[in-house]
Formats: sequence, C-alpha cells, structure tokens
Amino acid sequence: MLELRSITAGYARNAPVVRDVSLTVASGESVGLLGPSGCGKSTLARVAALLHRPDSGTLLLDGEPVRRWRHRAPREKRTAFGVVFQQARLSADPRLALTDLIAEPLRATGRGAEVPGRIAELAPTVGLTPDLLTRRPHEVSDGQLQRACLARALALRPRLLVCDEMTAMLDASTAAALVAAVEDYRAATGAALLAVGHDRALLGRWCDRTVQWDSLA
Amino acid sequence: MDSMPPVLSVRGLSVRFLMPGGRRVAAVTDARFDVAPGECLALIGESGCGKSVLASALLGLLPGNAQTAGSALLGDLDLLTAGERTLARTVRGRLIGLVPQSPAAHLTPVRTVRSQLEETVATLTTTRGRAALRAAAEAAAERAAFPADHLDRHPHQLSGGLAQRAATALALVGDAPLLLADEPTTGLDRDLVDRTADELRRHVDDPGEGGRGRALLMITHDLAAAERIADRVAVMYAGRIVELADAAAFFGSPGPRHPYSRGLLQALPDRAFTPIPGMPPELGDLPAGCAFAARCDRATDTCATEPPPGTVACHHPHVPEDVRA
Ligand SMILES: Nc1ncnc2c1ncn2[C@@H]1O[C@H](COP(=O)(O)OP(=O)(O)OP(=O)(O)O)[C@@H](O)[C@H]1O
Ligand code: SF4
Ligand SMILES: [Mg+2]
Repeated sequence: MLELRSITAGYARNAPVVRDVSLTVASGESVGLLGPSGCGKSTLARVAALLHRPDSGTLLLDGEPVRRWRHRAPREKRTAFGVVFQQARLSADPRLALTDLIAEPLRATGRGAEVPGRIAELAPTVGLTPDLLTRRPHEVSDGQLQRACLARALALRPRLLVCDEMTAMLDASTAAALVAAVEDYRAATGAALLAVGHDRALLGRWCDRTVQWDSLA
Repeated sequence: MDSMPPVLSVRGLSVRFLMPGGRRVAAVTDARFDVAPGECLALIGESGCGKSVLASALLGLLPGNAQTAGSALLGDLDLLTAGERTLARTVRGRLIGLVPQSPAAHLTPVRTVRSQLEETVATLTTTRGRAALRAAAEAAAERAAFPADHLDRHPHQLSGGLAQRAATALALVGDAPLLLADEPTTGLDRDLVDRTADELRRHVDDPGEGGRGRALLMITHDLAAAERIADRVAVMYAGRIVELADAAAFFGSPGPRHPYSRGLLQALPDRAFTPIPGMPPELGDLPAGCAFAARCDRATDTCATEPPPGTVACHHPHVPEDVRA
C-alpha cells in the first residue's frame, strides 16, 4: 500500500540525510526498519507519513503518487496515516489535557461529535485511567503521555501506522503493552505498520519482517 | 571500601503532589536505600511509578505543589531540607552531577560545546585563566569520550549520541561524589548505550581526588544497561521501592523475588514479551495494602494489608526454590 522509491531527503539542500532509499510496505504488513543512531531513519519515517517533503524520489500510496506533503496533502491521504514519535513531549501541545490531545485529530477533521465515544474506546486500549485523562502533559510521566500519543494516532482509524521508536522511553512492560495495543488494533482493522528503531530484539519480535537501513539504498 | 559511609542515604522519603480539589498524588512513598562509594545502584520500574520525581526531590527541583517527608543525606547535608541557595550553590553540579534525560534540552543551543564546558569549569572549579580553562574543558570532554574535533560545534550539529556525551561531560566537570543519571541512554543504539554506560561505570570505579569515592544512581528503563553496569537494583512500583537486590542475582539466577519485578523482566522482547496484565494504579487513589494486588497472580486476602518492609515488599515473594522448580 505504501511504496517509497529512491527517496532523498534532508534539512539542507546539499546535505541529505536520506539518500536514494527505497522501501515497500504491503497492505496489512508490518515492517521493522532497523538502523543505528542518527542514520536518518526518523527522517524517512516522516517522509513516509507525509510529514516531510523529500528532495527527490517518489512516494506511492495505494499505487498513486503523492504530490503534496504536510498540511497541503489531501485530507484522505493524510488521515490514512497515524504516527507515533519517540519524544512524546515534543509532539504534545502542553496546554491540552490528555483527552483533548487524543481528540485533536477528530476535531481537526470536523468529527468532534465522535469524541466522547472514541475516547471511551481508546483510553482502555492504551491503558489510560480516567484520572489521567484530565491532566496536562507536564502532570503525567513520559510513559503515560506516550499512551495518549498512541491513542491520538489511532483516533482516525488509520490504515497505516508509523511508529518511530515508540517505546524507546518506556519500561519493558509498558513497551510490551503498547506493542500489544498496536497489534490488537491491526488485528481488528488490517492496518499496516512501519516501525522504526534500533532494537533488533524488539522489532524482530514485533514485525512480520525487518529490514536493515544499510540494505535500502 | 565497605567501612566507608554511604555517599547517599535515603530514609522514609515520600513526595505528595497536592492537586486542585484537595486530591493528593502519592508519587513516592517511604523510599529507603543507600548508595555506597564505588557503587552503581539502578532504579528501575514502570513508567509513571515515581522514579523521576524521586530524582527531582534529591535535586530540590520539585514543583511548588509538592510536599516531601523523610531525609536524604549526602554526607551531613539533608537534601530535603536544604534551602534553594545551598542547593543551587553547593549541591547541583558540585555534590550531585546530573546526567539529564534529554541532553538536547540541557545544552544551550546558541553556544558551542567548548564554550559551555569552559563556562561550567569556571563556575564549578577553581580553574582560572584562558589556557587552563581550555585544557580543563578538553579533559572533561575526553573523560566522556566526546571527540575533541567536535568541541566547536553547536548542539544541533551533534547526533543524539554525541549530545548525550556532551551532557555527560558537563555532568562530570564538578567531580561530584554522586552522579544522578535519569535515563542516560534513551534513544541511543546498543553500541552507544554500552559506551555511555561504561563511561559512567568508569567514573564510579575511579575514586576521584582524595580517594573519597564516587557513586552513581542510574534511573533507567534499559534493563540491559542496568545489567551491564549496576551492582544493585532497586525496583519501584506505584511510588514504593518493592525490591532491592544484587544485580547479578536479579538478572541472572535465582532472578527477582517480587512478582512485579518478575513480570517486568518477562516483558522484555528477548524473554516472554508479555506485558504485565492490567493497568498501572492511580497514584491519587492507591488501594490499601499491596498496590500490585490487582495485577498479581500470587495475590491472596493477606495482600490487602501492607506488605512487610525489607528488601522484598511482598507477602508471598518468590523464593529461590520455586524459581528452580
Ligand atoms: N507536577 C505534577 N503534578 C501532579 N502529578 C505529577 C506531577 N509530576 C509527576 N506527577 C505524577 O507522579 C507520578 C510519577 O511520575 P514520574 O515522572 O516520577 O514517573 P517515572 O517513574 O519517572 O516515569 P517514566 O519512566 O515514564 O519517566 C506519575 O503518576 C505522574 O503522573
Ligand atoms: S504482596 Fe501479594 S499482591 Fe503484592 S506482590 Fe506480593 S503476592 Fe502479589
Ligand atoms: Mg522519568
């Protein structure tokens, strides 16, 4: 369903951090992308989730080339993706209570009416208790915040989840619980997964197949 | 070494957050542990269990709505009652070196690593003069294995691993008797985790000037890093230290004794990869007795009463025999 062809991307024109990388995720498939610190795998994950425009290369979603990135991407393409990053704190608006954080994508797409029902479904899925839902990010731990970020990524029922080091800040049990939550969601919906990280044991156990960063270029 | 008094001695440490509406969040309850010179104690436990709050309490960095009880002696100084002036002038950086969880947030973005190191040397030591400061900064970088040819870079020009080393170098400058590392290896790949952990271990193994000994309290989710460098492990659950154990026995044989600790190890991807069932308890509304009871497969009626204090806070801990069976 997602095909990255010869992607080159970076933050300065003359110094790409991703060079000529190709990767395919079939529908319903889970792919683990393994690479060392600083290799550029997070940048590729952002390109794959339409959050970062590549300098060159092609991205096909369901066989159709994507031409616009970020907020310019058409809504039905953007909402096909759910993204969870390593640093929950950098990706969460500090002013929002966790409920509102989770509801953000619903409200942004004019589906505010679904919020109460969806929160009631999502909170137990990711292991958030009611008292936590009313707190703001600085009043919860990293793990509690990451649970909310996963719930936010699932809010619009994405067809592809991109998890960039989702569990790097978490203890072993919380990590296993969040992986189980992702897998329950995938089992129920058939969604595909691109999980990025450097923990071979984790990605090997989690994903259908793992690919090594070095083998992609 | 055994005869030397502990570097840090924590007794009955509790932290409560007062929330709007009069609710109280019991973030840390009755923590008791020592860290000896030359020792690395790893503090592990479920996300949200209170590890970082405990660290903030030691550094006097709790927010205004926090209340503390108990004592935390660093030498003769009680960190919990020390005033902000003492904490700022003699504790942070000098008596306790902090290796922060997110180095990027700890480094000043607009200045090079060299200039930050030199400034820290000037603030925390008696070194004076340009050439001497430069040499001391370079020596600090070397101790943390930060490459000299990257000293003139700004933080955003460093990879996560290098930023971590820069932050570690800064933490080592004051030659503090206690190093406090909160998730020092987050986001690093295995090679860098091992190197960072080994650097911290080396620092503790070196008794430092005057041979008074250094100690390391390392908060971590990375059980492999803890196994690599810790002498002892403290396991925290719902604000309490539920098990204090020798690291080799804990990670190897006979393994942990508290049911929560066993569940934590079994959640590792190279072990069973099964999460502990159920959800972590609300620290604002803890049950009477053992806080783990709702998720514990060994729970009995007795568990509704407070578990006995000691190295394993459990009514029915695993004993070496049933581990072997
Ligand atoms: N300012 C605050 N006000 C109220 N509650 C707080 C505040 N800061 C933290 N807490 C709560 O205290 C508890 C302990 O938080 P802490 O950050 O110490 O967890 P942690 O063990 O370090 O978790 P992690 O492993 O995810 O970093 C959590 O339940 C958290 O929600
Ligand atoms: S005290 Fe009881 S409930 Fe708590 S960990 Fe021990 S056996 Fe389980
Ligand atoms: Mg923490």
